Amino acid sequence: MLLIDCPFCGAREEHEFHYGGQAHVIRPEDPEQVDNKTWAEYKYYRKNTMGLQAERWQHSFGCGQWFNALRCSQTHQFKAIYKMGEAPPEGLK
Amino acid sequence: MSNMNSRLNNGGLIDRSQQISFTFNNKAYFGVPGDTLASALLANGVDLIGRSFKLHRPRGIMAAGVEECNAYLQVGSGDRHTTNVNATQIEIYEGLTAKSVHCWPSVEHDIGALVGAFSRLLPSGFYYKTFMWPAKFWHLYEHAIRSSAGLGKAPETEDIDTYEYRYDHFDLVIVGSGPAGLMAARQAAPSGANILLVEQDFRFGGSLLADTAMINNQPAADWAKHTLDELKGFKNVTLLPRTTLTGYYDGNFLTALERVTDHLPVNVRRSGIARERLWKIRAGKVILATGSIERPLVFGNNDRPGVMLASGARTYLNRYGVQPGQKAVIFTNNDTAYEVATELQQKGVTVEALIDIRQNPPQAMSKLASSHNIKVLTGCAVHNVLGKKKVKGVEVASLTAQNTLGSDNLRINCDLVVQSSGWTPTVHLFSQAGGKLLFDEEQLCLRPDPTTISQQLLSVGSCNGNFSLTDALREGAQAAHQALLDCSFESTESSWPKASESLPCTPQALWRVPGRKQNIKRFVDLHNDVSSSDIELANREGYRSVEHLKRYTATGMGPDQGRTSNINALAILAEEQNRSIPSVGTTRFRPPYTPISFGAVAGRRVGELFQVRRKSSLYEAHEEAGAVFEPAGLWMRPDYYPAAGETREQAVLRECRGVRESVGIFDASSLGKLDIQGPDALKLLNMLYANGWNTLKSGACRYGVMLKEDGFIFDDGVTACLGENHYHMTTTTGNAETVYSWIEEWLQCEWLDWDVYVTPVTTQWAAISIAGPKARDLLNKVGTDIDLSTEAFPHMQFREGTVADIPARVFRISFTGEHSYEINVPSSYAPALWQALMKAGENLGITPFGLEAIHRLRAEKGYIAVGLETDGTVTPYDLGMSWAVGKKKADFLGKRSLSLPDLSRTGRRQLVGLLTDTPEYVIPEGAQIRLESTTQPRSQGHVTSSYMSSTLNRSMALAMLENGLERHGEKVTLHIDGKTVAAQVTKPLFYDEDGGLLNA
Repeated sequence: MLLIDCPFCGAREEHEFHYGGQAHVIRPEDPEQVDNKTWAEYKYYRKNTMGLQAERWQHSFGCGQWFNALRCSQTHQFKAIYKMGEAPPEGLK
Repeated sequence: MSNMNSRLNNGGLIDRSQQISFTFNNKAYFGVPGDTLASALLANGVDLIGRSFKLHRPRGIMAAGVEECNAYLQVGSGDRHTTNVNATQIEIYEGLTAKSVHCWPSVEHDIGALVGAFSRLLPSGFYYKTFMWPAKFWHLYEHAIRSSAGLGKAPETEDIDTYEYRYDHFDLVIVGSGPAGLMAARQAAPSGANILLVEQDFRFGGSLLADTAMINNQPAADWAKHTLDELKGFKNVTLLPRTTLTGYYDGNFLTALERVTDHLPVNVRRSGIARERLWKIRAGKVILATGSIERPLVFGNNDRPGVMLASGARTYLNRYGVQPGQKAVIFTNNDTAYEVATELQQKGVTVEALIDIRQNPPQAMSKLASSHNIKVLTGCAVHNVLGKKKVKGVEVASLTAQNTLGSDNLRINCDLVVQSSGWTPTVHLFSQAGGKLLFDEEQLCLRPDPTTISQQLLSVGSCNGNFSLTDALREGAQAAHQALLDCSFESTESSWPKASESLPCTPQALWRVPGRKQNIKRFVDLHNDVSSSDIELANREGYRSVEHLKRYTATGMGPDQGRTSNINALAILAEEQNRSIPSVGTTRFRPPYTPISFGAVAGRRVGELFQVRRKSSLYEAHEEAGAVFEPAGLWMRPDYYPAAGETREQAVLRECRGVRESVGIFDASSLGKLDIQGPDALKLLNMLYANGWNTLKSGACRYGVMLKEDGFIFDDGVTACLGENHYHMTTTTGNAETVYSWIEEWLQCEWLDWDVYVTPVTTQWAAISIAGPKARDLLNKVGTDIDLSTEAFPHMQFREGTVADIPARVFRISFTGEHSYEINVPSSYAPALWQALMKAGENLGITPFGLEAIHRLRAEKGYIAVGLETDGTVTPYDLGMSWAVGKKKADFLGKRSLSLPDLSRTGRRQLVGLLTDTPEYVIPEGAQIRLESTTQPRSQGHVTSSYMSSTLNRSMALAMLENGLERHGEKVTLHIDGKTVAAQVTKPLFYDEDGGLLNA
């Protein structure tokens, strides 16, 4: 079970958190103007990275806040945690 | 047989001054304190312990530790009946009762053993090949197969014991208390770090308890005791015996099963003390000192009772003071068995011969043997064991350079075969932690590759592939030193005591000893009855991957998890494929290391504590009214309120009539409620709901459906405008939390700069709905300061005021199709309001109604229920609710998906009503509507809601039907339990079509 460092509460057990999938998926500015493929990619296509990936997590049974994280899909270890709206830390990507 | 003829007069870690009585297969025996069930049985001369899993061959005890694969027994009875108890791991206690499994009528005379005679007809995959065809008869075979398989009988009564969890944190967890683990604990103790030492045995010391080596000039077992006594003096060291570390998870999270009371006589086990405690531990650093397990050799009839691992024989001899036999033959491919041979000889077991596969064992070995008058046959192999229920002798032949049998044959009489094929490090926890394994060509074993681990752990001693005693002590001390520094503790330089030199192992591979006869059984996995020929067959049939081999033959499965068989199976598969062992690979070990009871997994979460139950503040009022409750999500909600002598159906029909004819009262408190405030609140509503909200004025309510981005309906409900930038949103009961977190996700992740706040207020407000033609009369009668005239307070409006002198928010909304009010009051006022309404309604015929009634009433009106009419693949258009889609809105969640080809195609299933030709027949929900016109009939729709309606005085149903919106008036057929049911497609609306009642 992972120990996750919530940026608001500190390190907490994994079962307090909710996994939100890939981070930095951007909703098209005007959905009506994009073609079916672009919309489907936004809605359904996700990376399946082996190694470091950017993810969203929510401290759902805690402060309720969402945050971003860089985590290794092979070792499951967190490498960085950063707030919503922020870009992934340089040098890790 | 039952006299204690095998117990030595002295030696061992047992107390001969006391006797403990126990029974095995209903026969009484005696053991002594310090015994396991296995050692006590051997001391009593019991050889035959059970029958094998598939072939029902007689089996005896083969090992002394966790690796024992035959002696899985049933212990206790009734409410303390436990299956899959390993006899080598349970301490005997006064009154213990144990029984063999899968043998009938008795272990001596087992009918199932007839199976063994036909074993050539029972190869791997036999059941799949034979009984899966014809598939429709599987249900006939299954019962017979299941009753002849399995490990023991499931208990028939409820478990009387309790179980519990414990959560804890330690700086350093040391797993195993053999030389490496004890040394690590001793080295780390003075640092003050918070240390846990876990040992699965009831006695600390691991291999030292049976070792004749010397440490610091004292016998190994004495050093272990001395070191343990020292550790007991440190307050920062927790010693946990009878505890198996079963799981190693991410982030150094460990689970350990502590057996708290299993060693105590049943009459002193106190209620309230948990039988087992499941520890959940977060560790700073972990030192794995889990030791190693001896491998068996694979040779003809190597499963006969009396064939034992050398380490097992040694443990019975030295730790338990039991002679495992009278006349022994030693069979080995390495050095370690020589030492065991000398110990057996010294303690009165005649060693008839030592058979070494190796042509030229090290000279020191030959010397050691001859100094104890042990005859050594080198370059030879035992190719067959004689005897059925007990070893009677062995057949030995020389090995040629090609590892085939020579023409010579020597028969040696004996009652014990002591075997060794080298050692397998116990790498399970390392593997669970994510580490990968390396194949050690010299020791012929898989050992940890420390470069592959990203968790905070160190492997030491023989579980790390270093088998000498000195190495174990050194690695233990060094690892503890390193771990302390890593955890920022002070540590003095590591030091370790001097130990007598261990024999090297130097095994020589012979993974299968050839047999004289072709069909001789050479077992690889005794636990699952997998022989070398099964592995060969699996390979021939194409199960070439080690993962497939495991699943096809079951090798390595079950409670024993292949502790003695994995390497042999792997090596044989590699030989069959002419590949190296590392290239064949290995399966990854998964938790738990040894079986865990369901009780321990459940802990305290049983019975009433199994699941949280939510009750509205009106729960007691419902109980008083005689409600029958129904779980709805976590909520306990009234399903119906039966009057004396009423059936459910009678009660529900009466409740429906009560609503339609006078007035009903319903607890709607569990509906989700969200308070939404802020300048961007309206913008938020417009994105969340498919319809438009710009025109909603203060004091008005509106119904809306929410879509997910895929365009499918996810929730619905009514939202009221309470004032400027202030809204009260309701959701379905089941989705209250989901909708809230869905909104939060959008606000926190996508619309970060929107100025709006959402607060869940579900339990702040209780909601009582009064519905029916007399609802307004009731509200006037109970007293309110709100003007209830149609002009002042029309349908879909909201007013704030008092009801029965209680401050209330009153919503004129309806889910029944009747004139109705939903009165929200602070939760604590709800019982008073309910009581006032019930009293005021006495002369109006007020009727409390439950979930079943409201479902029928809303279905008559064609109102959808999320989760019935919707299933995550339904759009608002499918439900004929295009009026609930704001087509002119620039954007809302899910809008873009509605124009995707599949969502906008013709032929989608659409909501219709169904009326059966037989009015009294109620279609079962979920029934399929069949398309008859094609040669290949298929489903063209399904029934989503179906009830008997008191209003229509007949049955009615809602269904999703292909192109249903255009098919009103058509006849369709349903096939239910082999019968054909005809029904007419109608509008999904059976009551008050123009809504006159709602607006009155």
